Amino acid sequence: MTEPRVIVCAGPGGVGKTTASAALALQGAQRGLHACVVTIDPARRLASTLGVDGLGNEPHLVSSVGGGGQLWALMLDTQGTFDQLVRRYATSPGQAEAILRNRIYRNIAGALSGAQEYMAVEKLYELQEDGRFELIVVDTPPAQHALDFLEAPGRLVRLLDNRVFRLLMAPTRAGAHVLGLGAQLLLRTVAKVAGGQVVSDTVEFFGNFEGMEEGFRARAERANALLRSPQTSFVLVCSPRADAVEEALQLVPRLQSVGAPVRTIIVNRSYPRFANAPEAPSAPPPLGDLVANLRQLGQVAASEDAEVARLASALPGAKLCRVPLLAQEPSDLSALAEVASYLG
Amino acid sequence: MEPLALLSQSKVLVVTGKGGTGKTTVCGVIANLAAQCGLHVLVLQVGEGPSDGALARPSQLARLFGQEAAIGWEATALAWVPNGGRVEARLLQPDVALVEYLHLHGMRRLSRRLVSSGALDVVATAVPGMPDLLVLGKVKQVERAAAARRPGAPDLIVLDAPAAGHAVRFLQSPHGLLDAVAGGPVRSQAEEVVSMLSDPARCQVVMVTLPEETPVTETIETAYLIEDRVGAHLGPVIVNGRLPRLELAGSLTPEAVRAVADRSGVVLSGPQLADLCAAGRLRARRQEAQAEQVARLGQSLALPQLELPFCFNASLGPPELGTLTQSLAQGIAGLSLAAP
Repeated sequence: MTEPRVIVCAGPGGVGKTTASAALALQGAQRGLHACVVTIDPARRLASTLGVDGLGNEPHLVSSVGGGGQLWALMLDTQGTFDQLVRRYATSPGQAEAILRNRIYRNIAGALSGAQEYMAVEKLYELQEDGRFELIVVDTPPAQHALDFLEAPGRLVRLLDNRVFRLLMAPTRAGAHVLGLGAQLLLRTVAKVAGGQVVSDTVEFFGNFEGMEEGFRARAERANALLRSPQTSFVLVCSPRADAVEEALQLVPRLQSVGAPVRTIIVNRSYPRFANAPEAPSAPPPLGDLVANLRQLGQVAASEDAEVARLASALPGAKLCRVPLLAQEPSDLSALAEVASYLG
Repeated sequence: MEPLALLSQSKVLVVTGKGGTGKTTVCGVIANLAAQCGLHVLVLQVGEGPSDGALARPSQLARLFGQEAAIGWEATALAWVPNGGRVEARLLQPDVALVEYLHLHGMRRLSRRLVSSGALDVVATAVPGMPDLLVLGKVKQVERAAAARRPGAPDLIVLDAPAAGHAVRFLQSPHGLLDAVAGGPVRSQAEEVVSMLSDPARCQVVMVTLPEETPVTETIETAYLIEDRVGAHLGPVIVNGRLPRLELAGSLTPEAVRAVADRSGVVLSGPQLADLCAAGRLRARRQEAQAEQVARLGQSLALPQLELPFCFNASLGPPELGTLTQSLAQGIAGLSLAAP
């Protein structure tokens, strides 16, 4: 089987990234592919359309589309994915249990910023290995965290490589007496700031990881390579509003600097352009309001076009797709298909 | 009620909302209105990345005030009002807050080492919620200075908090640390932040939403979480982007529009007539959908609502700031006086 294509959707919060991701996967299915969308935090009705409103960290068949295509979906369970990873690389079931029980681990898996991003990459890697899918579309957390998504595997490797981390691991290997001066100083500082309990929990936690770093590191490096491979492309999802465009523009050089090519821009929820406004400055009530409305919507559309042009000029090679403002939020497959029809 | 009365209830207004709801714009509008009431307002924005990133571009908040400044750790002045009111803004980054915290606690020598060795990553990993607590601790420090009326301290602090999903985690971080940390300065810092967040005279949370399905649903959920898990007092909900109401019903068939045009001597081409009707139908559907969501919000959350109008411009600057500030003042004037 050939390597699956991977599409990563990035962009600011609240611009319809999850909808765009699902529509891209549906489009793939309509073209006969077995496509899976990984959603992070779908809105309730979209989640139930995709059948991911319940628990479960495994892909779920949403719909078979004509021509042999299939749409699958899964909602990322950060904690569950992290637990699986710990079980996979533990050298013994006892080690896995010790880590899973550790209070600091529970905090890390649930609350560490970047844990969600890292687990999304992990899931992506797992689905890619799975072999069932020809197209995998990943939704990502909002823009400020989008770089976290790309850096997540690297960050874990850095944490494992960190000199201080290595020193913290030392005591459980050979007794506290080998702890270097630097580590002692650091532990004293942490103890002073956060209390001694935190230090002993931390040392225990990192100690529990002994023997697992290599497995974690190798996997993180493979996940990292997948994100940067030619089969992976990035889609920038945005709205035509200045604040969203500004956030997206901040993202562009960051994506470029890590070698993530943006091939497509999806601008969601654009006001339609009405070309034929009459000159009727003082028309009576119903007509006057209609004329005023046409003028107001025309103003928004023109100002949105200017914002979209600003975004497009930052990514000269990318294909631009504009999805018009729909009357209702897309919440069933036919509405998703309507969105997909604008994605070229 | 008088805008000043509402804006003087708490020293800190924590403004939060789902991404894309215009949270930062609302922070600017609240700050601008408070400045017009004669207050010295400080807008604190929460930086999520390291302090060296994301500063190159001019801030969206500054642009709203017609300025091109990038906002950083030191206060930037955004607006002055002749009556003595003014708006300033600062960006709070966790790593800068940590260095400052260590300096203040006599650990100056260690602070640089802690940051440069990457140990901060390890500490943040070992003590989750620490970066959030550092930021909230800084907010509390400014709030204490404001309460004591120290020279240069603001009258009102508007905190541009992380987006809704993250806001609960952000505001809950001190509670989480109280469970995790038995003693030491982090614990006392967390205790002090918790007491600020749960005292309505010191702090209230203002949620921002759009009159649309998903933002309204998330606002309702987040409101309950903030009350239950954070114990914070919720102020009015701001419904941003409400389309000004046009009476379009009954006027959307081409025949009806044509008849009115003929009677008033307006000449319409076929395409003009078609566009008038299509645009009118879009507007009418959007108005109706918005009204439904506003009603649902009102039924689900017993909080006063303040509406801000949709601006027919994708890029907001001083003209829109003026319009929105006036709308907010009118909305507050229409609220009945209620004790926090």
